[in-house]
Amino acid sequence: MEYFLQQLINGITLGSIYGLIAIGYTMVYGIIGMINFAHGDVFMVGSVAAFLVVLGIGLTGGSGILMILLALVLVAAVAMVVAAAYNWTIERLAYKPLRGSFRLAPLISAIGMSIVLQEFVRVNQEGRPKPVQPIVTGGYEIMRRATEAGEFIVRLTNMQILIIVSTLILMAVFTILIQKTSLGRAQRACEQDQKMAALLGIDVDRTISITFIMGAALAAFAGLMFFLYYGVTDFFVGFLAGIKAFTAAVLGGIGSLPGAMLGGLVIGLIETMWSAYFTVEYKDVAAFTVLIIVLIFMPQGLLGKPEVEKV
Amino acid sequence: MASQKASAAKAGAYDWPAIIKDLLGTAFVSLLIMVPIVAYKSVITQYSLVLVSRWTEVFVILALLLGVRLFMHLFVWNRAPSPVAADAKPAGPAKASLSERIGPWVFPLLVAVAFALPFLAGFERRPIDLGIYILTYVMLAWGLNIVVGLAGLLDLGYVAFYAVGAYAYALLSTVYFPYWFGDGMVPWAFYITLPIAGLLAALWGVILGFPVLRLRGDYLAIVTLAFGEIIRLVLINWFDFTNGPQGITVPKATFFGLPFKAGDDGFAAFFGIEHNRIHYYVFLYYVILLLALLTYFVTNRLRRLPIGRAWEALREDEIACRSLGINTTNTKLTAFAIGAMFGGFAGCFFATRQGFVSPESFVFIESAIILAIVVLGGLGSQIGIVFAAIAIMGSFELFRELSVFQEYLPEGTDPVHFRMLAVGLAMVLMMRFRPRGFVTRRQPTVFLKERKAVSGDLVKEGHG
Repeated sequence: MEYFLQQLINGITLGSIYGLIAIGYTMVYGIIGMINFAHGDVFMVGSVAAFLVVLGIGLTGGSGILMILLALVLVAAVAMVVAAAYNWTIERLAYKPLRGSFRLAPLISAIGMSIVLQEFVRVNQEGRPKPVQPIVTGGYEIMRRATEAGEFIVRLTNMQILIIVSTLILMAVFTILIQKTSLGRAQRACEQDQKMAALLGIDVDRTISITFIMGAALAAFAGLMFFLYYGVTDFFVGFLAGIKAFTAAVLGGIGSLPGAMLGGLVIGLIETMWSAYFTVEYKDVAAFTVLIIVLIFMPQGLLGKPEVEKV
Repeated sequence: MASQKASAAKAGAYDWPAIIKDLLGTAFVSLLIMVPIVAYKSVITQYSLVLVSRWTEVFVILALLLGVRLFMHLFVWNRAPSPVAADAKPAGPAKASLSERIGPWVFPLLVAVAFALPFLAGFERRPIDLGIYILTYVMLAWGLNIVVGLAGLLDLGYVAFYAVGAYAYALLSTVYFPYWFGDGMVPWAFYITLPIAGLLAALWGVILGFPVLRLRGDYLAIVTLAFGEIIRLVLINWFDFTNGPQGITVPKATFFGLPFKAGDDGFAAFFGIEHNRIHYYVFLYYVILLLALLTYFVTNRLRRLPIGRAWEALREDEIACRSLGINTTNTKLTAFAIGAMFGGFAGCFFATRQGFVSPESFVFIESAIILAIVVLGGLGSQIGIVFAAIAIMGSFELFRELSVFQEYLPEGTDPVHFRMLAVGLAMVLMMRFRPRGFVTRRQPTVFLKERKAVSGDLVKEGHG
């Protein structure tokens, strides 16, 4: 029971990170119907940028709590702006000219962009993993029980609290943005019918660009959290995290925002539970298998609408 | 915007406020892109990580970018569309007839050069190795071309079939053949395993093909990617069966039972020539050349069969295809199976050439490189693939050579890393400017009265 509780906490933490990345996939798919294959690498760019800022301002775990929080807000802001600039540029250079091209063109272009981003970061920052001392330390004991093997303690670390709480805040802000503002209305309109939205005076290109910027900002925040949680980042973290987040987006129902978050949590939990109860080596196989099963048997996902094929 | 620019050009004046605004925007975004990641590099010293700033490079790149953009504003983007460009279209047929006359000669010429290469290269090790390397990728890309170029199914996990072929050879020749038949079989293992590897890969192609039948486009691509990764992860983790990340050392191929070695029972002694290690590489070169040609001819014949026509119809429009009574299930499955089979052959060859297989060789980036070759060759064009493979693989070698210029590059930059950057960029640029590849003509294989070459740019693929 204690063991399960601990895994639940770990799974939700991991799931929050996946959920934040998944939103970028789901929004882009909703609005222009393409898989932004490079999104995982935008997440990676965010996490590497965060690492560089952390190193640049010399942030360590020794500073006071207030200092650390303030510094993290700064780091998050920089990482989000940088990743947004990347995603905006990618959309401008690699996707926008391809609207109206043949079906596979944007995906192939996105795969190319994914390679470009990885290698760009590798050329500039070397391939070695970038470690950092833990910055957010400490935590709480939730439960403690003596077992035959010794004492088992369920812990909720401050880092996990930070990830879960900040994800909740971001999600709330984001939901308000989509539901209540004119920008969000424009996005939802473009998602339903781009031509009609354009006729009603919505700048479709601008709305699409903003979608990419928002997705990138959330992914960069996830990148920062990922990097703080694991204490390490490199140029290749985007590949696996990206595929898992994409799985989350499809599982939740692609195009649906609450679905992306839900899917993220489910994938995080599946991965954690699989590592805890079965084999750690095959945890990625488990994630990929979930992806295949979901795509084949329920491509509309948990909260999505079934797609109708039109001639 | 475009019309504004055109009118500005007519008036003979530049719209300076707009140009300056654009340049400032460009500077802002490129600074954001470069500031943390280019301007500061993290370097691991003996004790800790430190940041090294590289602002000079940032400003040089920025100045270059702005210069190019200003140049484009002043001399390219504001030019009114010239009347010549509008008239250029009718000139097409004359050009087409020229390439039509050359066209049939290109492939035989390539084959002749390929057969003569070991002699032209004077039996040197390096060019022959490069030839083997390029031909392996030509063959893989021809195999993938069946799935992606002809049937229009984007397969991102092609390397899995390559892995199946390689491991089939490795396991059969080192574990199962000695166990079943004794050591006498091992010299023949390559020839026996080659068809088995192809069949196993084709089987896996069908196994993968079945569940993904109902998927199309993007989803199909992601599922094949996941499938490829699963195979690789299983190869890494199933230690008892595959020896995990340590890989398997496999025996060399023989010349129909004659090993390439110095002794009396070797290849050289049998033919009464002096033993030379280069013989083995020349032999490998011809094996892969024949395998690649087999792929080419089989694909070419298949294209003329009903199944090949069904593939191409499927690529153009799946719904129309189904309403014409084509069995899309069989069509897709055969495309997967035959594409995978050639991947399996290539994998078997790869294992014997390397003398060693490990899961490291079958990562996603390999699939991406093969896909890049197919894309650059122009989806569906077999000749284009040859040139794309030579360009990409040759440029990889070129980048390796570039390490000579190491001292002129900024410190700590390894030119080898630029090669994948170039491949990625090439994929993006290709999709943007020549989505049909450099050889854009589509030769119809069925025609009513006369054979008309259609420019690939004019064919719009269905969104089915």
